[in-house]
Amino acid sequence: MAPPSGGGVGFLIQVKGNPGAEGGRFACFAEECYSCPVSQLIERLNMKLTLGVSGVLAALATWNLALAADITGTVTLKGTPPPEVEITPLKNDPTCGPLHKDVPKTRFYVVGPKGELADVVVSLKGITGKSTGASVAPLVIDQKGCEYLPYVAAVQTGQKIDVKNSDPVMHNVHDTPTASGNKERNQAMLPGGPDLTFTFDAPEEFLRFKCDVHPWMFAYVSVFDSPYFAVTGADGSFKIANVPPGKYTLEARHRKAGTVTKEIEVTDNGAQADLVLELKQ
Amino acid sequence: MFRSANNPWLHRFAVLTALAALGLIGVGGLVTSHEAGMAVTDWPTSNGYNMFLFPVSQWVGGVFYEHTHRLVASGVGLLTTILAVWLWLKDCRVWLRRLGVIAFFGVVFQGVLGGLRVVLLKDQIGIFHATLAQMFLVLVSVLALLTSPWWQRFVASAREFAVPLGLRRLFLFTTLLILAQLVVGATMRHQHAGLSIPDFPLAYGRIWPDTSPTAVARYNQNRLEVTAANPITAFQIELQMAHRLLALTVLGLVAASAWGTRRRLGGRNPATKLAAAWLALIGIQVVLGAWTIWSNKAADIATAHVVVGAASLVTGALLSLIAFRSVAEFRSVAAAVVDEPTRAISPHPLPRAA
Ligand SMILES: [Cu+2]
Repeated sequence: MAPPSGGGVGFLIQVKGNPGAEGGRFACFAEECYSCPVSQLIERLNMKLTLGVSGVLAALATWNLALAADITGTVTLKGTPPPEVEITPLKNDPTCGPLHKDVPKTRFYVVGPKGELADVVVSLKGITGKSTGASVAPLVIDQKGCEYLPYVAAVQTGQKIDVKNSDPVMHNVHDTPTASGNKERNQAMLPGGPDLTFTFDAPEEFLRFKCDVHPWMFAYVSVFDSPYFAVTGADGSFKIANVPPGKYTLEARHRKAGTVTKEIEVTDNGAQADLVLELKQ
Repeated sequence: MFRSANNPWLHRFAVLTALAALGLIGVGGLVTSHEAGMAVTDWPTSNGYNMFLFPVSQWVGGVFYEHTHRLVASGVGLLTTILAVWLWLKDCRVWLRRLGVIAFFGVVFQGVLGGLRVVLLKDQIGIFHATLAQMFLVLVSVLALLTSPWWQRFVASAREFAVPLGLRRLFLFTTLLILAQLVVGATMRHQHAGLSIPDFPLAYGRIWPDTSPTAVARYNQNRLEVTAANPITAFQIELQMAHRLLALTVLGLVAASAWGTRRRLGGRNPATKLAAAWLALIGIQVVLGAWTIWSNKAADIATAHVVVGAASLVTGALLSLIAFRSVAEFRSVAAAVVDEPTRAISPHPLPRAA
């Protein structure tokens, strides 16, 4: 990243790591600590800039990161989902079945006691061209007990996806994208075989990975052209970190329950937004 | 070289090839029923191995079905090649020899199509692959019929069994309708979306299901597929409804064929016997279709539905062929009858089997 022009100070602002994951902080030129004076200076300077000269602000878009804040919230499900079903072919498979102590079941609706819904992909709608995927850590998907872990995940365009095989069983890893620009591949993976790496260049929601050896094995990865997304955990909560202030459309999408959107405004203090997905009865 | 229309062993070999082709459709059906079309990732190699040296340790899960399909297909390819060469060397009917050559190229093309489906990762090729399989089965079955001694006897006294125009048209039309029905069925199976309507005889509890976007969204919210099935669409629901309506139409037309032949041709006519067998097959097929839904598309039931569908198509095709032959004059066959071995045929032929 080139040093911003016009600042008069030769420092560099960069977001460290995956901002979606760890809430990027400032690093000074020479890897100084986060609360170093230069950082504070930038912060103050930025404040003025935002309040004052908006034209300069546009030119120095990078500086805006200084004010980036988090969007947090919870996604809940309204209505009673159908009960999950037993994966009979997995239970009966001579090699995969014994890897499970409990009866394996589908994982469509992972719902908490108050309707907290997991595996919902939450993102800011319509933001493209902001991917930092090439420089962030890869997403790891494991094949364990002849199932994919995690079941729902999200990455940026250009971000690596490492698929491992922890099973004593051969799988094949077959991604089935629908967006043009994303490549479909189908590769066999022996037990203990080297990881397979995938990257996708086009944004796509719920890009499916599957194993044709074990037809019950499938997982979804949503691909975004920005770092502004999150997947809800078991408590239904999500956090999209380091979002520049502004007005956005927040979208929550679940593989089964569907999609809901909400208009939000992110201020210097971030934003809080709870979303409700409703089952059609 | 001595060629004739009377080669009993050639006929038996043709029957074997036809049965093997029907079996191959069954194994191919199992592959799709088990969603295993892509279980072996490459072609013509199998996970990097020569397919005949593919280690048994890797014949697990879906690989078992796909690899078996490839092995059986190689066998059918070999049988068809031998059949084509045998016909070429021994059968006196030029057009029949050419049909043998077409069967050979058909089976090669079919094998390449199956390979391309894997290499190009294209589900749509599967529909064409399934349809061509049915056409190939019909062709080999026709070869088996035409090389049979029964056919020679039938031809010699075809006029006794003349089938009227109305019935001939009914047979042909119904057979084409069954072919259309098989294409619809293959399209449904190669959507890889499971059952688009889970209940029968009603559809989502109604005579005609609601296919509005809200309704389809509700169906998808409430179906928990064990396999990696695609979400269902309104098109797929309508496709299954079309399949049900076509099934009803075919059942009616085949029943009319069976009734019409008995009434107008009598029980002794081979067309009557074949039409009765046809009706029995369609009856079984309707039950298997319903059972496919009631069993939530159990792989063995769905596959049996594919196999009986193929047998129904073949029966219709052979019935049509017999019906049209019963009133037609073919110069080439006339020449074949003059041929040496066919003189040995009984002067009072009675078709033995239908
Ligand atoms: Cu697998």
